[in-house]
Amino acid sequence: MSRAIAMTDSPPAAPPAPARRRSPLAAILRHPGAVLGLVILAGAIGAALLAPVLYPASPWRMVQRPFIPPFTLDRVPLGTDALGRDIAAGLMHGAGVSLLVGLVSTLAALLIGVPLGALAGYLGGRVDDALMRFTELFQTVPSFALAIVLVAILQPSLGSMILAIALVSWPPVTRLVRGEVLSLRSREYVQAAVVTGQTTFTILRREVLPNTLSPIVVLASLMVATAILLESSLSFLGLGDPNRMSWGFMVGAGRTVIRQAWWITAFPGLAILLTVLALNLIGEGLNDALNPRLSRER
Amino acid sequence: MDQALTPPGVAVAVRDLRLALPHGGDRPNAVDGVSFDLLAGEILCLVGESGSGKSMCAHALMGLLPKAVTVAGGSIRLGQTDLLAQDAAGWRDTRGRRIAMVFQEPMTALNPLMRIGDQMAEMFEAHGLLTPRERRARAVALAREVGLPDPEGIVRAYPHQLSGGQRQRAMIAMALALEPAILVADEPTTALDVTTQAQILKLIRDLQRRRNMAVLFITHDFGVVTDIADRVLVLRQGRVVEEGPAAAVLGAPREAYTQALLAAVPAMNPPARPAPDGPKTIEVAGLSKTYVTGGGWWRAPRTVAAARDVSFALRRGETLGLVGESGSGKSSVARLVMRLIEPDLGTVRLGDTDLTRLNGEGLRQARSRIQMVFQDPFASLNPRRTVGQIITDGPVAHGVSRFDAMERAVRLLALVGLDARALERFPHEFSGGQRQRIGIARALALEPEVLVADEAVSALDVSVQAQVLTLLEDLKARFGLSMLFITHDLRVAAQICDRIAVMRRGEIVELKTAAELFANPEHPYTRDLLAAVPGRARDAA
Amino acid sequence: MAGFIAQRLAKGVLVLAAIVVLNFFLIRLAPGDPAVVMAGEAGATDEIFVAQLRTKFALDQSLPGQLAAYLGSIATLDLGYSVRQQMPVATLIGERLPATLLLTGCAFLISIALGVLLGALAARRAGSLADTAITGLALLFYATPLFWVSLMAIILFSVRLEWLPSFGFETVGAGYTGLARAADIAQHLVLPALTLGLFFMAVYVRMTRASMLEVSRLDFVKTARAKGLTEGVIQRRHILRNALLPVVTLAGLQAGTLVGGAVLTETVFAWPGIGRLMYDALLQRDYNLLLGVFVVSSAMVLIFNLVTDVVYRAVDPRIEVAR
Repeated sequence: MSRAIAMTDSPPAAPPAPARRRSPLAAILRHPGAVLGLVILAGAIGAALLAPVLYPASPWRMVQRPFIPPFTLDRVPLGTDALGRDIAAGLMHGAGVSLLVGLVSTLAALLIGVPLGALAGYLGGRVDDALMRFTELFQTVPSFALAIVLVAILQPSLGSMILAIALVSWPPVTRLVRGEVLSLRSREYVQAAVVTGQTTFTILRREVLPNTLSPIVVLASLMVATAILLESSLSFLGLGDPNRMSWGFMVGAGRTVIRQAWWITAFPGLAILLTVLALNLIGEGLNDALNPRLSRER
Repeated sequence: MDQALTPPGVAVAVRDLRLALPHGGDRPNAVDGVSFDLLAGEILCLVGESGSGKSMCAHALMGLLPKAVTVAGGSIRLGQTDLLAQDAAGWRDTRGRRIAMVFQEPMTALNPLMRIGDQMAEMFEAHGLLTPRERRARAVALAREVGLPDPEGIVRAYPHQLSGGQRQRAMIAMALALEPAILVADEPTTALDVTTQAQILKLIRDLQRRRNMAVLFITHDFGVVTDIADRVLVLRQGRVVEEGPAAAVLGAPREAYTQALLAAVPAMNPPARPAPDGPKTIEVAGLSKTYVTGGGWWRAPRTVAAARDVSFALRRGETLGLVGESGSGKSSVARLVMRLIEPDLGTVRLGDTDLTRLNGEGLRQARSRIQMVFQDPFASLNPRRTVGQIITDGPVAHGVSRFDAMERAVRLLALVGLDARALERFPHEFSGGQRQRIGIARALALEPEVLVADEAVSALDVSVQAQVLTLLEDLKARFGLSMLFITHDLRVAAQICDRIAVMRRGEIVELKTAAELFANPEHPYTRDLLAAVPGRARDAA
Repeated sequence: MAGFIAQRLAKGVLVLAAIVVLNFFLIRLAPGDPAVVMAGEAGATDEIFVAQLRTKFALDQSLPGQLAAYLGSIATLDLGYSVRQQMPVATLIGERLPATLLLTGCAFLISIALGVLLGALAARRAGSLADTAITGLALLFYATPLFWVSLMAIILFSVRLEWLPSFGFETVGAGYTGLARAADIAQHLVLPALTLGLFFMAVYVRMTRASMLEVSRLDFVKTARAKGLTEGVIQRRHILRNALLPVVTLAGLQAGTLVGGAVLTETVFAWPGIGRLMYDALLQRDYNLLLGVFVVSSAMVLIFNLVTDVVYRAVDPRIEVAR
């Protein structure tokens, strides 16, 4: 332990790393799809941030008579729903819920998946066996059905939704990290670190995990997209937080009146589609930027 | 231009071939104005180090260049056709029927989902020849001709059921199917063990004579050239350096480059060495390791002995070579000695410490005394850390301050022939040989007593290999190191080892001084190995 | 092969047992008395029935005892009783299962056939306009919420164009029999199967394309070219066949998502399968039924995985060596 402290005490003689290759950011910006994705995502984030400013009142409030078609009244540009609620207000408030749930549940899934995968891959043997059986179990279970059961039993709320989505989303992370670590573990530079007497923790932190980072980042961006789809699906079934307006709930609420008022379901659905599409485009851009070898011949 | 036929006796005439690399490469042309004639009934060897363009020439003959490489000029004339001017249908007709090719990697060159016989029959199918039944019969006959065991059975086998040598035989059988006048062989024995290599070389030579084919043989190995070539063409950076009959080029090379290349090939006769008489630094006794793989609920597991009762000792200043073919367990022994894998039985003693008894922190501390140089100069350095970090991480983990470690790293870099500016660079900025020097500096940074070199020069070109070998020898003498040198290359072993242990299936079958081993091999396996080393004719001369 | 199937079956049973254990603990996550929860939460609960449940699930015993009793009852295919629907859960699910199998089966076939076809086409012409169009379309379907595309399909094809029925399994009260009935069901099946299949089609398009591009770089493809084979034969026989292996693996992994997706599709189209049953159970907070559907859908996924394992083994001769 004292050794570790002594290490941080010594002056950092190593010079800062010079810029290597092309920066990933520049590479993403050369990817037209990813730029489009970033623009859409920025729009969604902007809507979420501006919602309390532009529509300070509750989005559940009745503002006009019901079933006003879009583009007819300036005060409610996207029309009203069956209860006279402003669809534009709902869309802006819903953006926050979708992004928040998508982001937090993905982070939670990473928090479960990365350590499990790293341990399974690096330790191998029985630990690996046990962890992979456990992961397989979660991968076999129909994830959406499990999420429904979890939210239903825990009672619908933002927290239970995040927990449920995280619990059904971590297995791919574990598998990815395990695979990467497994292949890195037998890499000669990791063996060299073992041989020069570095500690397991240092080796994982310094030699193994940084080299697994780019596939994890790519996977995470796609996971946020999937999480938003899951969130909207749960909300659509009425399992959303009853106090928060969300896109999935809006689609679900408009479903019964779909024959009279297409716009009540169309706009929030379009919002989900665009956001998920944007995240997928960003994910592809990240993949091309971070794993140039794989994408060269695309 | 000579629009006429190629002159009689010339199978293929290559004129001023220029192949352009994509922009941003290290040079504009992979192949830059190469001309040669491949004569009917001869074996022409294209020799060169990596990046010489020899493989590109071979692929150009088949019209199989990578997408990024384009033909910038020249002609390849076969009979009345200029191959480079023909369309896709023309190429399809040429491939297999007029020119056939054998590739380097027999493990990946066959479709894993198709039976061997079907893949051979495809050769006839591609050119609309024979009925399916006749194709099958021909496949069996071809398998027999290339010496595959149980031809009827093997045509029904899948590639994974064959050994590397058998797969290469199958590839050759396929190439011969339509009796092409020209065979292009791109490093066909490089991925094979030395004894298998000898068999495949003999097979190619025999078939070439029997069918009076012209063979364009690509290789980097002058031993192989000695054994197989009628004529030799030496390439360097896409240009022809020297051309002539094999005896002339190998015996009395005119160009300095060829002379240097030939001089770098290690000789088979070990130089005289003083017997090391220092104290024993490392003692390995009864080391055993068995791998158990597969084995489900209904299947018996497969066991592979990686090491069986392996014992040896090393004196200060001594180099012990562990030689053997793939699967002999030589690399496993290196990793067992390093405690990178756990032995089932046996001890590794460093002075008075038993390395196999240590664990956790004790083991970590003891590791500084025995260090390793790895095989792959590209995989053995973390791409995300600077050379300075790579060299100093070890000493820092053993309590040296980063500052002192850096000072030591500068001295070490000078010692291995690199500039101090290398410290701030990343591994990808260095060549293979330079990376291997960095790997050596990393190992020496911990001031070890024992150095384990696992195929440390196998991935390097022959000229770079000679330099690194000299460096290792020099450093060993300077620091009084003991060295365990693992290699599959008996020539390299002859040059650097005081004593040599020959391994087969996890066992040491013979262990004696290098001079003794080469002069009087006792074990039949040692004799086979020595007899299979390519290019012995040149050593005898 | 028989040994292999037996081995996978045994493994499947173990996984299913683990899922049942998970189920057992899920019930205990719910607030309140497990017996009351199982009986259908507050209100309308018969005291005697709750007492019966209590003895049946050995709720008066220790936790391991309760678990053993629960496992025992599941092993005898007793999934409990739905108080809301006044029927055993197993019977309810049994009635609805064929409709779900029909829907997911059709959706799977549509998605894999179209997905592989379009993916192969895109890979063959990588970089072309056709490739861009196919990958763009795949990306779009991949990002579209399943329930929303179902609703939009209803608006377009049922409400506006009046081509296809928008809900149900067959025309109620029409009294069709034989072929006429089959045609009627098929008409009702088109929209749900297509919308459910589109998302998975996108998945297979992407996988097939990526996998084919990957395989086309391998050495044996160069060998095939060196034989003088035509591009079509090389693509079909050498590239596509090898590229399909990861697609089969993916199909196995996607089975869970497919069954989950059926909940949404069946809800939107009022398709009388177990997904719709799950939605009803959800609305009524009928936990016993909810968990029953969960266990049965897990079993469906397991069986599907078994099939993909067998297919993989049949296609890849190396499998015996690899494991």
